[in-house]
Amino acid sequence: MTDLNIVALVSVGAHPTSARPRRAEQDARAVELGLRLAGQNLQLLHAGDPQAEALRGYLGMGLEQLDVLEQPEGADALPLLVDYLQGSRTQLVLTGSQAETGEGSGMLPFLLAERLGWPMVVGLAEVEKVENGVAQVLQALPRGQRRRLKVRLPCVASVDNAAPVARQSAFGPARRGQIEAHEVTVVDDTLLAEASLQPAKPRPKRLKVIKAKTGAERMKAATAKASGGGGQILKDVSPQEGAEAIFKLLIEEGVLR
Amino acid sequence: MSDIIRRDPRAEWIARNRLHPLHASMQKAETSWMGPNGIVRKNPHVIAAGFVGPAGLKRIDRSGAQQGTVGKRSNASVEVQLPLHIIEQPAFHICVVPDMVGGRLSSHDKDLLGLARKLAGDSGAVVAVIFGEDKEGAFDTAGVDRLLRVQGDAFDGYAPEARVLALSAVESQLAPRHWLLPDSRTGGGELGRRLAAKLGERPATRVWQVAGEQAIGRAGSGQQDIQRALPRLILAAAECAEPVSDTRHEVRLLELAEKVAHSLPRVEDLGPVAVDPAQIPMAEAEFILSGGNGVKDWKMFHQAAIALGATEGASRVAVDDGFMPRNRQVGATGTWVTARVYLAVGISGAIQHLQGIGACDKVVAVNMDPGCDMIKRADLSVIGDSAAILAALMERVATWRQEGKRDAA
Ligand SMILES: Cc1cc2nc3c(=O)[nH]c(=O)nc-3n(C[C@H](O)[C@H](O)[C@H](O)COP(=O)(O)OP(=O)(O)OC[C@H]3O[C@@H](n4cnc5c(N)ncnc54)[C@H](O)[C@@H]3O)c2cc1C
Repeated sequence: MTDLNIVALVSVGAHPTSARPRRAEQDARAVELGLRLAGQNLQLLHAGDPQAEALRGYLGMGLEQLDVLEQPEGADALPLLVDYLQGSRTQLVLTGSQAETGEGSGMLPFLLAERLGWPMVVGLAEVEKVENGVAQVLQALPRGQRRRLKVRLPCVASVDNAAPVARQSAFGPARRGQIEAHEVTVVDDTLLAEASLQPAKPRPKRLKVIKAKTGAERMKAATAKASGGGGQILKDVSPQEGAEAIFKLLIEEGVLR
Repeated sequence: MSDIIRRDPRAEWIARNRLHPLHASMQKAETSWMGPNGIVRKNPHVIAAGFVGPAGLKRIDRSGAQQGTVGKRSNASVEVQLPLHIIEQPAFHICVVPDMVGGRLSSHDKDLLGLARKLAGDSGAVVAVIFGEDKEGAFDTAGVDRLLRVQGDAFDGYAPEARVLALSAVESQLAPRHWLLPDSRTGGGELGRRLAAKLGERPATRVWQVAGEQAIGRAGSGQQDIQRALPRLILAAAECAEPVSDTRHEVRLLELAEKVAHSLPRVEDLGPVAVDPAQIPMAEAEFILSGGNGVKDWKMFHQAAIALGATEGASRVAVDDGFMPRNRQVGATGTWVTARVYLAVGISGAIQHLQGIGACDKVVAVNMDPGCDMIKRADLSVIGDSAAILAALMERVATWRQEGKRDAA
């Protein structure tokens, strides 16, 4: 555990099937990561409605207090967060990578980092160490890969589904926790005035278009089994030569490391 | 054109019609004639040479009645040249920053270029901005009018901050009408959002359809759609449009007019971390070594997987026989994998198996049987015994690792 000043930004999520409010999956992972790093020193911050029941889900993870910058629905959270964080001694801001309700563009951490002038790390999986204001972290990549990064603090980091799974939320602590509301000036978000949210339409399935000029070609395309041809076939070669060819392909594709 | 052999009724008709000007040229080599002493002579060689019938089979007709259709009528198969789309003076630019995973345009990138093409219409030019080296040879058919290569050490590896600076330089040089990036986890999603924050543009994200001046994208956790006026910066999902398929494009090279401002990177890349390939979920693994009924020495197979750093997979037979656990089965009733390189050892390529590897980029087959279906699917096939080839491959990789260590030391 380090004595970093960590703030986790949390939002109200929506259950994927019932759409009932709940703690957001990725935000909860960010809180989990923060708890592992800072323990009780982790600060939770939300911009929105302090009455939201779902926020208590985060308190149930073992924290006593959650700060809320009070604003109505449809207001822009960014200026409030920038103001709040600029004045604080925060060294690391943890967020999820995308909200579960509203636009969910995933822009917030990037805009926050840009406005604060802090560096930004995407897909934080683990903080290995912090030395002299520089953190060494592991970043999650697609396909289960990891990359080691060095980043100067303070910084903003978003977590995705590669971060540690959030612990369960306990009922008692969730009830006992304090939700502290702060009065702030509200800035309206213009997007929803000009854009409309609607239930997701199923995406059209892409059709396989066969561009054949003759009947024979169409027949062939319809009945073709393996998309054959074009492959290089090495026959009657020694195992060494064969292995060399495979090795060359593996190197070319960059999968050997 | 197709290679199907067909009868040519016209040629046969000319061969029968002595008055036709082409009659002589349609005559085949004479098979029988009257000799000087009144004896009919035959040339058995010509008869035995036969001709190729409509089904592609060689036929010998000893009656001498067959005329015309000499040999195979073949149209020289011409490579179809798609029409070239030329834009001399583009009225505006549409900039696309493809992911170029592994140095090639992914299908997502191609969809994006298709969307860019649609937005560019007849008067705009699609500019692809790529970083570093690439292995792509088909920018022209993917719909790239202009190609801007940004080169330099600063942009290699993971350098999102430097890349965003380069893209802002492109912004001030071309002032593109739209920026298009793939909303993917392989780089585009991050780079696009960084660029949006830098340029102060509000992007449309997870866009799956652009119709007229409206963009529709997924919102929240995917339960809702958001429809809005088309912004300048678009982060598009896969299959947002049809890829370009019936034109060729110039791929004219563009240069950055000014050097990209250099800044000290605040995020430093220390390189990839070795992860245990066995821990990676198979559906996500990048490199899979898969064994089937043709693998006899399973101990060596496991060693090979470790030596190559590959995730293990198996065909159903190998699983049923108890050599591999069930969760390693690839195919219709197993896992559908998405590996970039799939190395199939001793797998015949039954359709149930091939279905599972449909999304793989490069397939390498090692098999004894040169006629099996896996080889038809594979990009590289080595015919031979699996054990010997795996052993040789392990040896080759071991020497490569040794060299690498010596170079590093
Ligand atoms: C409903 C259904 C679902 C199925 N689902 C799946 C599925 O999800 N996944 C799956 O994999 N299968 C599935 N199958 C089974 C599938 O049809 C095939 O039986 C199976 O894939 C064949 O496995 P194989 O290629 O390992 O074995 P084989 O077909 O026996 O092929 C072995 C290959 O190894 C080669 N070989 C032999 N010895 C050597 C050697 N020493 N060196 C190199 N090569 C050698 C042979 O030439 C041959 O090509 C399914 C079948 C059914 C009916």
